[in-house]
Amino acid sequence: MAGVQVSNVSRSFGAHKALDDVSIDFADGGFYALLGPSGSGKTTLLRQIAGFDFPDSGRIAIGGESVERVPVEKRRIGMVFQNYALFPNMSVADNVAFGLSVRGEAKAVIATEVQRALDLVQLGKLGGRRPHQLSGGQRQRVALARAIVTKPRVLLLDEPLGALDKALRVDMQIELKRIQREIGITTIFVTHDQEEALTMSDRIGILRDGGLVQEGPPEEIYDRPRSEFAATFLGDANIFRGDATGNGIRLADGTAIAAGSGPTLVAGAKASCAVRPERIQIAMDAGATDGDANMLKGQVSKRIFAGNNSTYFVDRAGQTLKVIVQNTGADRLTEGQDVVLRWSPASTVLIAAS
Amino acid sequence: MAAQGAVAARSGLRSALPLLAPAYLWLTVAIFLPLSAMVFFSFMTDLPLTGKPWAFTLGNYAAFFSQSLYLTLLLASLRLGLEVTLWCIVIGYPAAYVLAKVLKGRSREAIFLLVILPFWSNGLVRIFSWAMVLREGGILDTALNAVLPFKINIDLMYSYPAVIIGLVHSYVPYMVLTCYLTLQAIDDSLIEAGRSLGASRLQVLKRVIIPLSLPGLVAGAALIFVPVVGSFMEPRILGGRTGTFYGTVIEDQFVAVFNWPLGAALSFILLAVVLVILAVASPVLRRAA
Ligand SMILES: Nc1ncnc2c1ncn2[C@@H]1O[C@H](COP(=O)(O)OP(=O)(O)O)[C@@H](O)[C@H]1O
Ligand SMILES: [Mg+2]
Repeated sequence: MAGVQVSNVSRSFGAHKALDDVSIDFADGGFYALLGPSGSGKTTLLRQIAGFDFPDSGRIAIGGESVERVPVEKRRIGMVFQNYALFPNMSVADNVAFGLSVRGEAKAVIATEVQRALDLVQLGKLGGRRPHQLSGGQRQRVALARAIVTKPRVLLLDEPLGALDKALRVDMQIELKRIQREIGITTIFVTHDQEEALTMSDRIGILRDGGLVQEGPPEEIYDRPRSEFAATFLGDANIFRGDATGNGIRLADGTAIAAGSGPTLVAGAKASCAVRPERIQIAMDAGATDGDANMLKGQVSKRIFAGNNSTYFVDRAGQTLKVIVQNTGADRLTEGQDVVLRWSPASTVLIAAS
Repeated sequence: MAAQGAVAARSGLRSALPLLAPAYLWLTVAIFLPLSAMVFFSFMTDLPLTGKPWAFTLGNYAAFFSQSLYLTLLLASLRLGLEVTLWCIVIGYPAAYVLAKVLKGRSREAIFLLVILPFWSNGLVRIFSWAMVLREGGILDTALNAVLPFKINIDLMYSYPAVIIGLVHSYVPYMVLTCYLTLQAIDDSLIEAGRSLGASRLQVLKRVIIPLSLPGLVAGAALIFVPVVGSFMEPRILGGRTGTFYGTVIEDQFVAVFNWPLGAALSFILLAVVLVILAVASPVLRRAA
């Protein structure tokens, strides 16, 4: 097992820069999600790490060893494909045995290792089946067993759960996480599903247009996004735009918004503030004001009731803000009602204009 | 449920009948009638068309067994079919692989066109072009002597290799097309999955690609082997005196000797032998695939 270092990797297809100077350090034994919209370069990055494709420039190391010119079959990686890519001409057991058998392992060794891998993914009894006789979830498990049976240094997964329906996907997320912990393998997981990235990974890297936007533990990216894109792509956020003051921004109408975290900006520079919908308190009147809370007046334009919570859309000064309120049994607000929004500076992140 | 399915199938068949009828009618007229006429001829002493008296006989079939020449020629033709098929695999499969898995877009279209061009050219023109290339003082001879520092004599004309070259050229597009179709249907991610598991390109080819494209190889082989065993044009024109095969003997009966009954009988013996070979080979191949 080993960590992976990607340093200053760029890759272009014609005039299109699919990866633009990307550097990420994947820690040994960690579960890492690469998150980004479609076309942001996630697959391209994974393929450079796997060795299906070589970078134009930059360095890739697995376990400290430079591999950027090593072909995939020599990199000792395990890969799980979105469409499973099981060999249709082989049984489940032969699929799993493939990697060991091309390596020339003894038959007896192969048989025990294959059985152990199939047991790990809870398919111990299905070794004799053909791939087409399995359900989508089972195929995915076989693909996983096949990828880990060779004891690779890194496990790479490209949207492995994308083809499964919601309920099965959640099952597989838990299952995948369990297996990853059990064997402790460095795992790089590509997804465009932010919830999947948040719930499964130790660290997340957000990609956009071939560049790494932000990288860190899920909590850190969620609580302290460094760009509007990171703030809105990972979770929901209300974005205010204005001019930087000492400790926040001033909106066009003169309202000041204080931010508890973010970079230090020159006063007057263009900047934004982001605040999560669940951090805002909504009330019919100003009530008791504690001095430094951010406060805005607005009008409820829409309410969506979702059982355990309600989402309010509040209009103010040409902007629609989103507020999520837990269902505590308190009175619900009606559409058209004038309200006051309040949230603390600690819940507000200052973002430099990009 | 099952009954419903049966009803649906039956009504489906009934509505399909008007669509199927022309094809079956055509097959009946175009294949069944002439073929049964030939079966009829093969049991006659002489052609009724010539006005001479005739009778039924088994003699035409007996002739095959009484003269060892026919069996010798049949074996030579089967060997020819085998060799041409093998060469078509050796040349056609890699070409199909490159077309399906390596080339993309424009260049694929261009190469594809080159491969199927022989299909569209007249068979005789094709064969006589080879004659110009292969004979002494022909294109190949002249070209090689122009390049090589020493003098060599290339005269492949009227030889067994010339027959093979001509036949392979005529039939290799079948192999390329059938293999291309099965190779193209193989998902590229299977190849990548194999390599990610540590298999070299050669191992992936052997364990994944060839097994998955076997149906195309078999179809191509059948499409080539059967007509090559009965071929006469290439052997006659490119083989000259060495080009006497089972197919040329059959042709002789029809166009030179006018012994249609014998020609027909020899054809049906060939048909029977080929069918037996295919019947024996198919379960073996199915198990392999
Ligand atoms: N082999 C290729 N040839 C040309 N363009 C490519 C190739 N692979 C990827 N691209 C382009 O690179 C960009 C990133 O693609 P990709 O890494 O697949 O994105 P993602 O996986 O994040 O959806 C896309 O614009 C895509 O069209
Ligand atoms: Mg992708």
